[in-house]
Amino acid sequence: MSVRLTEEPFDPGALLSDFTRGRSETGAIATFTGIARAERGRTAVLELEAYPGFTEAEIGKMADQARERFGLHDLMILHRVGEIGPGEPIVFVATAAGHRRAAFEACDFLMDYLKSRAPFWKKEHGPDGERWIEPTAQDHADRERWR
Amino acid sequence: MARVLLFGPLRDLAGWRERDVDAASVSALRSLLAGEDAALGEALGGPGVQVAVDQALVRGDLALSARSEVAFLPPMSGG
Repeated sequence: MSVRLTEEPFDPGALLSDFTRGRSETGAIATFTGIARAERGRTAVLELEAYPGFTEAEIGKMADQARERFGLHDLMILHRVGEIGPGEPIVFVATAAGHRRAAFEACDFLMDYLKSRAPFWKKEHGPDGERWIEPTAQDHADRERWR
Repeated sequence: MARVLLFGPLRDLAGWRERDVDAASVSALRSLLAGEDAALGEALGGPGVQVAVDQALVRGDLALSARSEVAFLPPMSGG
């Protein structure tokens, strides 16, 4: 299991290849890649702040929950921090399980957590200045589905 | 000397991210910061602001050592 933050751009395809290698009992791997949106020119740069150590530990708790709840063989979460430009991957989640349903659901579960409650602070820089972003009502509603 | 860390909007409001402050407890630290900057003091007690000491969330007051790290965490936005 791996939970990491990075300030560097990453290649989701390469991550998936590495994650897939050397498995013989895993029948299913699901992945999700989140991309920073330009919001029709409103967002020139997304700035994502984490609390190094704390942020990985909190995400790790949720990853443990996902592993147990969905019986995962393995999982990987890589999240960008720092300044992210439109079109750049911002988060990559991969889940490995015996069968597809568990892999899909665990990936969905982890993303709903990451988008609503994970310890990040997000600021949008655009032509009209900068503003801090809060989770949307939809993000919270998505998270509630897993209660 | 405790190391104090501010995140997100709190950092912008205060104009600093990290400082060493001489305080024996979380409550003493809050009073000291509020005395220097009333707006920050109010924001630190605002809705949804959590406190972590040495990377563990705490409720209420806690004694601080010279090497404590105190982080004020405003409502988290998710990634």
